[in-house]
Amino acid sequence: MPIEHQPDFDYALPLCEGDILQARDLRFAYPDGHPALNGISLNLCAGDKVALVGPNGAGKSTFMLHLNGILTGQGELKVAGLTISEKTLPQIRAAVGLVFQNPDDQLFSPTVFEDVAFGPLHMGLPEAEVRQRVEGALAAVGMSNFKERLSHHLSVGEKKRIAIATVLSMRPQLLVLDEPSAGLDPRARRTLIHLLRDLPITMLVSTHDLAMVKELFPRTIIMDEGRIVADGLTYEILENAALLEAHGLEKP
Amino acid sequence: MHYAPVPMHIPDGLLSLVVALIFWALTAASVALAIFKTNKTLGEKQIPLMGIMAAFIFAAQMLNFPVAGGTSGHFLGGALAAIVLGPWAAILVMTSVIAVQGLLFQDGGLLVMGANIFNMGIVTAIIGFGLYRSVSGNPNKTVRLAFAGAGAWLATVSAALVTALQLWLSGNAHIEIVVPAMLGVHVIIGIGEAVISVAALAFIEQTRPDLLNAEKSAQQGGGGWVWAGILLSLATVLFSPLVSASPDGLERVADNLGFLSQGVSAPYQLLPDYTIPFLGETALSTIAAGAIGALVVLGVVVLIGRNLRKRSAE
Amino acid sequence: MHADAFDRFHPAESRLHRLNPSVKVALTVAFIISNALLPDAAWLAFAAAWLFLLAANDQSRLGLWFTFRRSLLAAPFALAALSAIFSPLGGALVSFHLLWLNLTVTDVGLLRFASILIRSWLSVQMAVLLVATTQFPDILHALEHLRVPKALTTIIAFLYRYLFVLTDKVFRLLRAREARSAGLPGQKRGGSLLWRANVAGNMAGQLFVRSYERSDRIYNAMAARGYTGQLRTLHPHEIKPSDWNFLTLALILLALIQLTGWIR
Repeated sequence: MPIEHQPDFDYALPLCEGDILQARDLRFAYPDGHPALNGISLNLCAGDKVALVGPNGAGKSTFMLHLNGILTGQGELKVAGLTISEKTLPQIRAAVGLVFQNPDDQLFSPTVFEDVAFGPLHMGLPEAEVRQRVEGALAAVGMSNFKERLSHHLSVGEKKRIAIATVLSMRPQLLVLDEPSAGLDPRARRTLIHLLRDLPITMLVSTHDLAMVKELFPRTIIMDEGRIVADGLTYEILENAALLEAHGLEKP
Repeated sequence: MHYAPVPMHIPDGLLSLVVALIFWALTAASVALAIFKTNKTLGEKQIPLMGIMAAFIFAAQMLNFPVAGGTSGHFLGGALAAIVLGPWAAILVMTSVIAVQGLLFQDGGLLVMGANIFNMGIVTAIIGFGLYRSVSGNPNKTVRLAFAGAGAWLATVSAALVTALQLWLSGNAHIEIVVPAMLGVHVIIGIGEAVISVAALAFIEQTRPDLLNAEKSAQQGGGGWVWAGILLSLATVLFSPLVSASPDGLERVADNLGFLSQGVSAPYQLLPDYTIPFLGETALSTIAAGAIGALVVLGVVVLIGRNLRKRSAE
Repeated sequence: MHADAFDRFHPAESRLHRLNPSVKVALTVAFIISNALLPDAAWLAFAAAWLFLLAANDQSRLGLWFTFRRSLLAAPFALAALSAIFSPLGGALVSFHLLWLNLTVTDVGLLRFASILIRSWLSVQMAVLLVATTQFPDILHALEHLRVPKALTTIIAFLYRYLFVLTDKVFRLLRAREARSAGLPGQKRGGSLLWRANVAGNMAGQLFVRSYERSDRIYNAMAARGYTGQLRTLHPHEIKPSDWNFLTLALILLALIQLTGWIR
């Protein structure tokens, strides 16, 4: 039975120590006063593949922006053993690969090569290492022969895969994906699912695609109105029709 | 897809080297300053914001609206960019737009790009922002929009006049014709520019009022811009009719300036070298001689090219 | 609309395609400067410059006439130079009266006009050839090599990247407007001119706000990958000895063209 939370419930998921990610009572409000996170607490362990689901406006994307220090709220957040601060930010950004929902926002360089090299270059790696990492990352997403291509020539599915390569080249410990399967046709979606299945890396994936969740992720977290309302085994959560319906989700 | 240019992009060959280089120098200095200034105010966001805004202006220039008889009004955007982003940012944005139009689409030349940026980026930024800045603190929205519209119109007309002056300074246009012609076209185009800019501003004020407040304008540029805008528009608007009223003396000065790069020798002395006997020594026969010479040369080139290709294929 | 509509690059296997982009950019500019330097009515030199252009075309393997087809781009504006035929220098050919103007066509003016057209026509073709044989990102690298500030080239790179995204948006907006631009028989269609311009303005405003917000998201995507305001890029192009040879040869040819133009 999935654990359901009360908003002010002091919660720690007893699955592991949380060596990749530990969040305790994370709170954030946008400058206009609109509260987006109302106390998020969760742990992620190495090797976890976790789905983050919930209706639009639940705070999923806001939470993900915290993992990389782009937004900073109140509460405690430890990523890869580091507490987020101005000083640890470069290391944290190297440890967390954040892939945005719209690949057109993620791929901002004219060529695929330049985009995949962007992260390693900013980590200050030597040129040979940068090239090697670009090759490796493109190979990992099955796009090795796209190196010299221009980003605007790619299809949506190709863009999504290159977007993943742009963070894989930084060799992150945690991959954070925002709605990776949105807007893909069935074939591109299938390719993406296989890619995510085969990537040997810890990942947190926000999505509305519950069929994909069922297929890929052993653990699921439901967010609504800036809170975690359920966190548990996917097959249990997806069986709970009442819970899903209460948070605007449909049983796949 | 047809990419419709705004009739203000000077192609290469129309300005003399001296005029082109003078305006390149002015533009390069302004752009360097603009890079420095925007970096100071925008910091890390300078690159993505300027880049996307440049793409916005490029895309917005395709927003046309049918005027009459198959023609359509187009949008330049320099004044709008200056009003929302500030003059320095607008200079950078317009520089990028004009650079891509010239480099990638041959819409405007390379050697004359400095002049094109000056006309469509710098003149429009100074005048557009200057006029708006004079009322940016005014609580009355209608007044602000009216000044923005007037700024957009005046910026367009001034940019056209400066273009005309450059052509004339190069000795490549007759001022009595080029000034009224450019003026006539752009007085009309400027109205479209003004209406689009005002409507766009009204929309932005409604949806993102935070982008357009008085403080932000004051941050983007001080009161000096107001004077710069007024002076520059007065200078172009007054100077052009003045020189076109009594062109003869000035025309010769300009002609000489144009000749600095094109050879001081008057070409008619050279005609005998390249004339065709039965046509007589007229300009026409020189042109005909040139054309025939060119054809002969072309024939030789085609033959050589064929030969070379055959040989490399073997 | 498909993004390809904006592409000017024509892939081919040729010496000109392989030539170092910096060399290509420098030579294009040198050629255009050379044209601007040639005196009026230097027909032989103009012909030589054309020869140079045709040779470059041939080197590109895109065909001898490749740039010719796209060379009429500058034609409409070149008409602005038409008024040069009334140059006050030189001998009068024809005089006439137009509105309030007394106009005299002079021989110097005619030669000037023809020369302007030729210079413009030759220059635009070389620029066409440059973008046909060089990917735009490579041109930007070349500009960086040639000391154009990196901030500017990067902004232009962003412009190039998002040009396609935003123009696509514009076309969707225009299509949506088209789809609703209905008319009824017997009714005046399309509203007033002012209203139509206003609609275009609203579209511009909407596009601006969306673009502004997008720039925020892009900044986030950059920051997430370690961007702190410092620009770092690799320079993939080295200038090889063969590039230097090509450059030297081409510059000698341009010098010869200048000589032809000035010595008579």
